[in-house]
Amino acid sequence: MVVSTKMALEGAHASAQAMRQINPDVVAAYPITPQTAVVQTFSQFVADGLVDTEFITVESEHAAMSACIGASAAGGRVMTATAANGLALMWEELYIAASMRLPIVMSVVSRALSAPLNIHCDHSDTMGARDAGWIHLFSESGQEAYDNTIQAVRIAEHPDLLTPVMVMQDGFITGHAVELVEMLDDQSVREFLGTYKPQHSLLDIDHPTTFGAWDMYDYYFEHKRQQSDALGNAMKIILDVGQEFGQKFGRHYGIFDEYGMDDAEMAILVLSSTAGTARTVIKALRKEGMKIGLLKLRVFRPFPAQELFAALKDVKALAVMDRSISFGAMQGAGPVFLETCAALQVANSKTKVANYIYGLGGRDVLPDQIEKAAADLREIVHTGEVKSLVSYLGLRE
Amino acid sequence: MAKSLPTWKEVNPGGIVTVPGSTASYNTGTWRAFRPVHDMSKCTHCLICWINCPDSAIIVQNGRWVAFDYDHCKGCGICANVCPIKKDEPHEVTGQPGKVIQMIVEKD
Repeated sequence: MVVSTKMALEGAHASAQAMRQINPDVVAAYPITPQTAVVQTFSQFVADGLVDTEFITVESEHAAMSACIGASAAGGRVMTATAANGLALMWEELYIAASMRLPIVMSVVSRALSAPLNIHCDHSDTMGARDAGWIHLFSESGQEAYDNTIQAVRIAEHPDLLTPVMVMQDGFITGHAVELVEMLDDQSVREFLGTYKPQHSLLDIDHPTTFGAWDMYDYYFEHKRQQSDALGNAMKIILDVGQEFGQKFGRHYGIFDEYGMDDAEMAILVLSSTAGTARTVIKALRKEGMKIGLLKLRVFRPFPAQELFAALKDVKALAVMDRSISFGAMQGAGPVFLETCAALQVANSKTKVANYIYGLGGRDVLPDQIEKAAADLREIVHTGEVKSLVSYLGLRE
Repeated sequence: MAKSLPTWKEVNPGGIVTVPGSTASYNTGTWRAFRPVHDMSKCTHCLICWINCPDSAIIVQNGRWVAFDYDHCKGCGICANVCPIKKDEPHEVTGQPGKVIQMIVEKD
């Protein structure tokens, strides 16, 4: 029987509680604001004997992910957590973990990359790693961070996938904010996850296996194509796990979370905590009769191109919100916008799209900023023209 | 590239190698730009080349020099460099006086 407990938890503590229930074999991590609350809390669980985890204190995030790679290749269930510059320091190992097909799960409490030095939320950290081969799940709240972390283990370890997963939540905004989180009982989580049985492991001395071997031009290309194919097929696994989680625990997870999309002529596409603000604004606008909806994107990698096109087929104008910039890209647009444009273009979509960069370095996104984007959408539907492809919300112009 | 190499659907995920000692079956001889050649009539079987070869590509039987393993010799030239025997007579392959092991340009 599933027993849930409602607790007032910071988002980062919700992730740490999920890690406690997952009870990984190995956690190798280095503290960095605003992720510190995850590893500090988890290390307390280790010290208190609440988990069996081997906690490896390392000298850097480069070492953290390296230790995770070794432990995962050895057959362990392995987790870590990081943010911002710590994630950037893992750069090399992110690719190695994904390319070696190691099902590591990482909690990321999103934070702006330096410089200038800033500890607050934006998505420049994980967006910089968007081509590293990981699955990217974004969470709106502490509850979603908790649920996504548990699901991430099942997704990563699926034998057809074997790909690491990073689970994001917004630094400070949800990471350090106390909200009500409905926690499952330990037994139910452990039954949902089962035991990780790696097909190959360094410690299986009866079947000696080499990991991370030299790969020449006669094999490397095939391995990359195969890795790309696995990610291409990941969506079904992500959806299956989300559905099973919903059936067992009552909270269903898909690719998007939709609000008001049934009759929407206009829509706003957004990641993580900003969805809460956007939902409030859209609710008010719909009461005034505006046909506008919200699409909250949960799965950014693999990017759900076809599903996004299908969700937008009756939408005339779309605002894509980006909390990071792809520097040097078309008009300095953000990565979510660029992916969306590509997806809609190949599907011959008629939807007009505009990009809104917002909230960099933790700047608050306020309702009037979303209202500004909605007003633009109304104008775009009216005139059929996108006057400004890339706009900035909450910026001193 | 040989035709028998596996397709992208057939290679091991993550590039893992499940067969111990499989390096022996991987032909690194194709990397060779220079090819060592040996003149048996002048060889004293001192085996200094065998000791120094970094790829175990010199085949020795019963204490005597037998052949190069051209499937694994990468043509580094260490064997020719360390060969201590110098003769005035022309080498049976290169026609040049000098060492028992000499290097020529790999043509294949």
